Amino acid sequence: MIMLTSEAAAVADLAYRAPAEATPRIARRGARRPSVGKSLGLVLPTILLVAWEMLCRTGIAAPNLLPAPSAVLGLLWALIASGEIWGHASITLFRVFAGFGLGALVATLLGALTGYSTTYRRLFDPLLQGLRNIPSLAWVPLFVLWLGIFEASKIALVAVGVFFPVYLNLMGGIQSVDRKLVEVGRMYRLRGFGLVRRVLVPATLPAYFVGLRSGLGLGWMFVLAAEFMGASEGLGFLLIDGQMTSRPAAIIAGILLFAVFGKATDWLLVRAGRPFLAWQDSFEAQTERDANAARA
Amino acid sequence: MLRVRDLSKRFESGVTALERVGFTLERGEILAVVGTSGCGKSTLLRLIAGLDRPSAGNISIDNQDVDGPNPLVGFVFQEPRLMPWLKIRDNVTFGLSGLGAQEKNARALRALEEVGLADFAEALPQQLSGGMAQRVAIARALVTEPSVLLLDEPFSALDAFTRLNLQDHLLSIWRRHRPTMVLVTHDIEEALALADRVVIMRGAPGRIHRTIELREDRPRKRTATEFQTLKEEILDALHLVPA
Ligand SMILES: Nc1ncnc2c1ncn2[C@@H]1O[C@H](COP(=O)(O)OP(=O)(O)OP(=O)(O)O)[C@@H](O)[C@H]1O
Ligand SMILES: [Mg+2]
Repeated sequence: MIMLTSEAAAVADLAYRAPAEATPRIARRGARRPSVGKSLGLVLPTILLVAWEMLCRTGIAAPNLLPAPSAVLGLLWALIASGEIWGHASITLFRVFAGFGLGALVATLLGALTGYSTTYRRLFDPLLQGLRNIPSLAWVPLFVLWLGIFEASKIALVAVGVFFPVYLNLMGGIQSVDRKLVEVGRMYRLRGFGLVRRVLVPATLPAYFVGLRSGLGLGWMFVLAAEFMGASEGLGFLLIDGQMTSRPAAIIAGILLFAVFGKATDWLLVRAGRPFLAWQDSFEAQTERDANAARA
Repeated sequence: MLRVRDLSKRFESGVTALERVGFTLERGEILAVVGTSGCGKSTLLRLIAGLDRPSAGNISIDNQDVDGPNPLVGFVFQEPRLMPWLKIRDNVTFGLSGLGAQEKNARALRALEEVGLADFAEALPQQLSGGMAQRVAIARALVTEPSVLLLDEPFSALDAFTRLNLQDHLLSIWRRHRPTMVLVTHDIEEALALADRVVIMRGAPGRIHRTIELREDRPRKRTATEFQTLKEEILDALHLVPA
């Protein structure tokens, strides 16, 4: 469940509740063999980076098409040192956060309503599923027409991207709550809000967080699209500007920044969700501790 | 006293699951219900628990009509049905309302001690084996001190050894609290070992086919000839030899 922007498109059609729980278990088991397992993943990138640098130094690769990694790093450093990067990063982050907040909020309300009540599902879901079939970028001209070329249309586009994964995961999550657990709640005379608070909400949180993470990933992809269609600032502008001025190092630097910020915000979201979802993986953590204790 | 009178249940789908089922249990009596699959045993328990409404007939506990889930009734399902996000302790107190946190904890610990799991109060359900989880489910049902305990094939998912163990456990708990119990089971030996009375149901629609009274003191010797004879009788009845 790595939700970098490149994978966001695949994630968009993810029904819900991807086998998120299954993957880390396998990964952890591999990681139990100390150090070697973890650093193994660094071998290929390192070889590639070194080979890439060599290609550029020896002049085999044309520097106006493929800049050396050192050149990219140099440019990144210059951007940071001059402070220019913060202007671009902060406006892009603002667009992502505003769009994410708006999209997630509406998706949460509608997802909760349609997941909980059949009547509301019959009312809203067909329309929303229909809208989902429109490739979201097709909204761009309309948003620009309605909202202008400035922030509002960009935020609206990001919100559309965030909306669907959150909505689908939440609705699906509520619908697939184990009826047997709901029955235990009923057995203890829980109804209405009590049932929602003590059974439905905790049971739905994992799916909801999967939706939020996918939504955030899509938000990053859509902010890029929004900035491509016209912006004078932002990380996406760095990419376009690099293309216009034939500076591939700037493009690659921009791509790296997207990866770093995408990963960072995803990490923050995971951290924010951890207290609520601790029960999900504490079992694995426990078995790992046991295994370590047994080895010691 | 649990009184079930002329109970019928017809689902909206048109299936009649129960037809005119009736019995009366004195306080502390243990009734075992055996019967072919689909003859309405679970339906019967759900009706007594108030999770479902009967189409006809009525149920009363200590002369109070049952018209919904009721604090006097505890239910142990076929699966443990623990909330995976709650610690064992909080699972046990799930149904306790209107008590301070301290009192709740004390009761949870006492109930867990009774099923031999006091050390696992802070664990999560995923960390328990199937048999342990089912014991927690029993503790959860007991912690509200129900006067009627309903059990729907509570041990059927467990291996034979664990099952024998938990049957003993259930008996010792019963000796302490004396709840009226209705135990649905596929295991005829279980019925004969635990119950004061065995009801044989056949369907569909589910009706009571025969009732067997057992007077021998518990614990009972499962190898005794009488025990084996009864077992064969019940098997015959269940194999649908025409009555
Ligand atoms: N909610 C329902 N809606 C419609 N039909 C139902 C419902 N619940 C049960 N039935 C039907 O009622 C009949 C009795 O079901 P029930 O679950 O009570 O059987 P059972 O004796 O517990 O079977 P088993 O031993 O397999 O658990 C079956 O024919 C079943 O299909
Ligand atoms: Mg059943």
